[in-house]
Amino acid sequence: MKLITAIIKPFKLDDVKNALQAFGITGMTVSEASGFGRQRGHTEVYRGAEYTVDLVPKVRLEVLIEGSDVDAVIDVIVKAASTGSIGDGKVWSTPVDNVVRVRTGERGVDAI
Amino acid sequence: MVFNTGDTAWILASSALVLLMTPGLAFFYGGMVRGKNVLGMLAQNFVTMGVVSVLWITGVYSLAFSGKGKWIGDFHQFGLNHIWQQATGFEALTIPPLVFCAFQLMFAIITPALITGGSADRLKFGSWVIFSALWLVVVYAPVAHWVFSPSGWLFKLGAEDFAGGTVVHANAGAAALALVLVLGKRKGWPKERMRPHNVPFVLLGAGLLWFGWFGFNAGSALGANTLSAFAFVNTNTATGAALVAWMLTEKLRDGHATTLGAASGAVAGLVAITPACGFVSPMGSIAIGIAAGVICCLAVGLKNVFKFDDALDVVGVHLVGGILGALLIGFFGTKMTNGANGVLYKGGWTLMGHQAVAVVAVVAYSFIVTFILAKILDLIIGLRISEEDESAGLDLSQHAETAYETSSTGDGARFLSSQQVAN
Repeated sequence: MKLITAIIKPFKLDDVKNALQAFGITGMTVSEASGFGRQRGHTEVYRGAEYTVDLVPKVRLEVLIEGSDVDAVIDVIVKAASTGSIGDGKVWSTPVDNVVRVRTGERGVDAI
Repeated sequence: MVFNTGDTAWILASSALVLLMTPGLAFFYGGMVRGKNVLGMLAQNFVTMGVVSVLWITGVYSLAFSGKGKWIGDFHQFGLNHIWQQATGFEALTIPPLVFCAFQLMFAIITPALITGGSADRLKFGSWVIFSALWLVVVYAPVAHWVFSPSGWLFKLGAEDFAGGTVVHANAGAAALALVLVLGKRKGWPKERMRPHNVPFVLLGAGLLWFGWFGFNAGSALGANTLSAFAFVNTNTATGAALVAWMLTEKLRDGHATTLGAASGAVAGLVAITPACGFVSPMGSIAIGIAAGVICCLAVGLKNVFKFDDALDVVGVHLVGGILGALLIGFFGTKMTNGANGVLYKGGWTLMGHQAVAVVAVVAYSFIVTFILAKILDLIIGLRISEEDESAGLDLSQHAETAYETSSTGDGARFLSSQQVAN
């Protein structure tokens, strides 16, 4: 089993979600995140005092999958999240030891 | 005494308008502080409405307006005794003395409230209550007497101040500077970012101030007449000009015209036209507004040069704007509106001289007495909150409240019975 984590631009969330649903993904977790990579923040000015804001708002999207179609799922996310400009984000996968569905107690692949 | 019901109705309405300026100021300031200090700011402004309302009626009105003294009033109208008599020099008023007293009360509320913008984020609540009460007696009452009362020495000299450019704004600005120097800088200033937590609040507050200011300035004609109409139109015109001038200055200097700049420019214009609104022509008010918008916009940078942490720019806006408006009467004052002619209307430099004396006297007195008062209070009761309380914010440390729900998952709060709280 794999956990796919994607950091994407917030306005791309709908596109990515729709593409994943169309692909057949049945669940995901989304949270607000902030950080920076090559894209840096912006500058704000209040009564002439300048502040640089380093951390850029992003969306963190997590999907648990069985494991055989990792590359396909990553491709779906990358295609839907891409704008071609700096700050589009990153996607990575990590191995997952076990998963339990809280309601039924099912374990492993059955719980996905 | 026979009173004019139209005049009386307008001054009663104006009094209510001026009262609304203090909640407006609270939001103007409250939006500019960080989210953990917004209730602290609102509380300091609202408590001033409470404290001054009681003190003014009890005795401070008498100290400011009763009697024939050059420097200060007397005890003749303590507890509103003899309130059926007009204040000394105001015998020709067409409104009941009690209405005049109520109108002046609202000025006495907002003047100390203006100071809270300088000392924002680090002043103990209890110390503010005591400071503001004492300041009202030792600074506001004498200064109001000098300038507003016909017995006062600056009034007699011929210095003009229609609605309080010196008494209210330069006075509060100088006091804020003194208090800030005694208090010290906010922890982390100027390195740490302390951006306004709610700019929409700032605009809401500025809108309420602008609205209430019609009572402040046009009400200062103390009647509903042509002079009040001039004050009304001059106030609105100067404010519009200053708003545009401030935004234009920002656009040229920083690349963007900001909403905070729009609110700040409007307030700077209101401040500068306050002393002048009953003495200049509407064309003169445009010049005063433009001057206030540009100069105050540049003046808020002074704190960064001289390293005094005037948190919300009471010096840059109220001290500088108040002085500017008071001095420009000496230039743009015209008999066609009211009062004496200034330089532009071939009145010579006499009026300008009187204005300069009033500015220097009020600013020097307010700064020195406030500095001494703040030092004494700091030694006896302490003015500043602890470093830990400052980090936590005024809302939590001074009032045991928070303004906002910041976590979507909640913070685990649960109700304790009142008895448990007491224990």
